[in-house]
Amino acid sequence: MSESGAPGQTPGQPTRTTEEVRALLEAIPYCRFLGITVEDGADGGIVSRLRFGEQIVGNAALPAIHGGVIGAFLETAAIVELLRIAPDDALPKPVDITIAYLRSARAVDTLARTIVTKHGRRVVNVRVEAWQDDPARPVATAQGHFLVARDDA
Amino acid sequence: MVEVGPVSTSAILDAVAERKGMLVNYVPHAVALGLVVVDARPGEAWLKVPYGAKLVGNPATGVIHGGVITTLLDNCAGIAVATALPDLRSIATLDLRIDYMKPATPGLDVIGYTRCYKVTRHIAFVQGAAYHEDPNDPIATTAMTFMLGANKAAPGAWSGVKS
Repeated sequence: MSESGAPGQTPGQPTRTTEEVRALLEAIPYCRFLGITVEDGADGGIVSRLRFGEQIVGNAALPAIHGGVIGAFLETAAIVELLRIAPDDALPKPVDITIAYLRSARAVDTLARTIVTKHGRRVVNVRVEAWQDDPARPVATAQGHFLVARDDA
Repeated sequence: MVEVGPVSTSAILDAVAERKGMLVNYVPHAVALGLVVVDARPGEAWLKVPYGAKLVGNPATGVIHGGVITTLLDNCAGIAVATALPDLRSIATLDLRIDYMKPATPGLDVIGYTRCYKVTRHIAFVQGAAYHEDPNDPIATTAMTFMLGANKAAPGAWSGVKS
């Protein structure tokens, strides 16, 4: 059987506005705790923002954002994009994620965008890039797989 | 569970013996998350993240966000690398892979275990897992690499530990 989308649905097409995704994100306590929100991207897509705050610092001497928080943010940025194109309310489940730390994440806001590399019927492959001042100088990138099939599907 | 060698007398391990909180208390996010050092030995560390409402990633089920596991294991690995090194050096995460085997059970604390199994001149290699009670029934497993001495100006995380 082919790994194409559900009948009548082209996978990858937006099903939610940025406002609607924001409402879903605001219902997630951990995203509020870290300070993650979403906004419109320049290309018509969606961009996630990790607001800097003292509670996400890992190294107070530099200071730098905790590597785990950067990982959590990249995972959330992938979920944000998957919610934007999801046909239903089910949250995508992470299967695996690999994070490359390229630069120290300084004490400013961090942004992230996600590209869906392959959208299967059950599993989606994503690529995420996070940056601070310059999108051409990412602080971290991630690649991962998410399960998008509903348990009863 | 694991073969344990003689406990070294490094400053970090002394700190563990004296006061486990010392290893995470100077990491602001570790404090915010409520991370607790359960134990540390040369090249190994066990950390715990207590279940809390603010860690929930799925409000419908109460399951904690995968990012909590990432942070637990990243922080845990930093300690495993530090206790594997003969001296205090800066440690920076280079690459981190997490495989999620099953969702964490709502209401239960999560233990992170990491082992630094190889140190070269520039790189440390770590593997580990997150679980509730049985390490053989993991919530997630991890493989990580760390860069050593990347930031000479800021030994950073270990500046709070007396050498």
